[in-house]
Amino acid sequence: MKKLRLFYEEYNKRPYQLLWRHFITQHFALFGLVILSVLLLLAVFSPFISPHDPYLQNSEVLLLSPSWQGNGLVAYPFGTDDLGRDLMSRLMLGSSYSFGLAILAVSGAMLIGLVLGILAGMTRGVQSSIFNHLLDLALTIPSLLLAIVIVAVLGPGLMNTIWAILLASLPQFIHGVGNAIQQQLKQDYVVAYRLDGANNWQILWSVVLPNLWEPLSLLFTMALSTAILDIAALGFLGLGAQAPTPEWGSMVADALDYIYLAPWTVALPGLLIFITVLSVNLVGDGLRNAMKKRREN
Amino acid sequence: MSDLIEVRNLGKTYRKATGLFKHKEIRALQGVSFTLQAGETLAVVGETGSGKSTLAKLLVGIEQPDQGEILYAGNQINCSEYRKTNQFIRYIFQDAARSLNPNQKIAEILHAVLRYSTVLSAEQREQKISQTLRLLGLLNEHANYYPHMFSGGQLQRVALARALILDPKVLILDEALTALDPSLRAQIVNLLLDLQQKTGIAYLLITNQLRLVRHFADQTMVLHQGEVLEYGPTAQVFQQPKHDFSRKLIGSAQY
Repeated sequence: MKKLRLFYEEYNKRPYQLLWRHFITQHFALFGLVILSVLLLLAVFSPFISPHDPYLQNSEVLLLSPSWQGNGLVAYPFGTDDLGRDLMSRLMLGSSYSFGLAILAVSGAMLIGLVLGILAGMTRGVQSSIFNHLLDLALTIPSLLLAIVIVAVLGPGLMNTIWAILLASLPQFIHGVGNAIQQQLKQDYVVAYRLDGANNWQILWSVVLPNLWEPLSLLFTMALSTAILDIAALGFLGLGAQAPTPEWGSMVADALDYIYLAPWTVALPGLLIFITVLSVNLVGDGLRNAMKKRREN
Repeated sequence: MSDLIEVRNLGKTYRKATGLFKHKEIRALQGVSFTLQAGETLAVVGETGSGKSTLAKLLVGIEQPDQGEILYAGNQINCSEYRKTNQFIRYIFQDAARSLNPNQKIAEILHAVLRYSTVLSAEQREQKISQTLRLLGLLNEHANYYPHMFSGGQLQRVALARALILDPKVLILDEALTALDPSLRAQIVNLLLDLQQKTGIAYLLITNQLRLVRHFADQTMVLHQGEVLEYGPTAQVFQQPKHDFSRKLIGSAQY
């Protein structure tokens, strides 16, 4: 049933407030956003709030079950791993590796992609066509494969993984930004601004860039979910984070030998990866729907 | 008294690629000449694809002509220098909603126009904006609205405000009144005629609506496939059309 609108007020909103309004009507997306905020807080503050030292090995509590099972201890809510390290503290610290570093890598890619994308979008003719075709070539390679190739060149390690993921997600940003700018430049209102006397730089700065936030946030969520998966996958393969680092992917790989003895050591980091990627995708989907709804109104 | 705009033998050809190396030439406009005086209205009528919009784009400088010349008040200006020409000639888009940036307030759009093309200070700009809004029957509060908050008629007024804020001598209305419903159209037309009496602005009206032309225009030009069929005072064109095509066009509007 269509809602009866008694007040004109709802329309007196800024475009971004309207977007937010449409976003919060989607409960799954909102739920995803809450989970992401919690993860972000964890990623920043985990060293201060984790109950135990994530690297401390306690030989008295090897492979302790989670506390909801009969032989678990409340002091170790998620149990311990094969070296007696508290799993909860490790998972909390892992959020800053698996999630926090993914955000940093994608943000870096977005910034560089924005600059190069502007160059690609504002140029025309042979220049931009060469640029675009080179990027198309880079886009045909799956990002994980590209990251593996880059890691193979740089050598394994967490920091190298971040560089690899930054470089691997760069082409889609450049392409996305370039296309969005080209699309904006075709609009009537850009011609109107030209007639108002704006030069290229002013059009870019005051018209195109403010309108770029929407496609950019969509690109960001898409790149973020692949980046999280790629970091975990590289960690699992032993190419990313190395042994004591509590990165979720490498934790799964380390605990794989004990999957029958202590299934929680594999299941919990895996579950966290799943939840993180799911909520990123939910938020991205919610954003896309909200934009569509706003455009229809 | 010199002519405000004098157009001599204007022509424009578009190239359309039909294959990898082949292309077809489309003559959009050919040998168009006319003059426009201050306080006058020239209507350009014709079917779709007759070159009406091309003429408007050439005049305002969105496209460059292949041949012929356009003189503004007796001297030739390079049309692509918008900062100079937009003090003189302004263009209204067919769809007002699409010519306004959805993410900017009206005040920001109008401020930008003045910032790009004039040397007014911030206070003077503020004053000019409220003056222009009131001239078009809008309120000062409307400056803080976003384009999506206006109705169609109001949007067209905003678009007019944007054009008129630079005090142009000529205003080009490219089908700008077509999308409005009749009562709104009458409102805007009366507003425009009022303005013309007050300021002596000249209009170039590009439209399909012959009733409006009869009411509004001093001169009428009929375009057909890029060529001028009729050009003269409106009453003369309507009473004694010379060509078969324009006779049909005008006959169709009698009902």
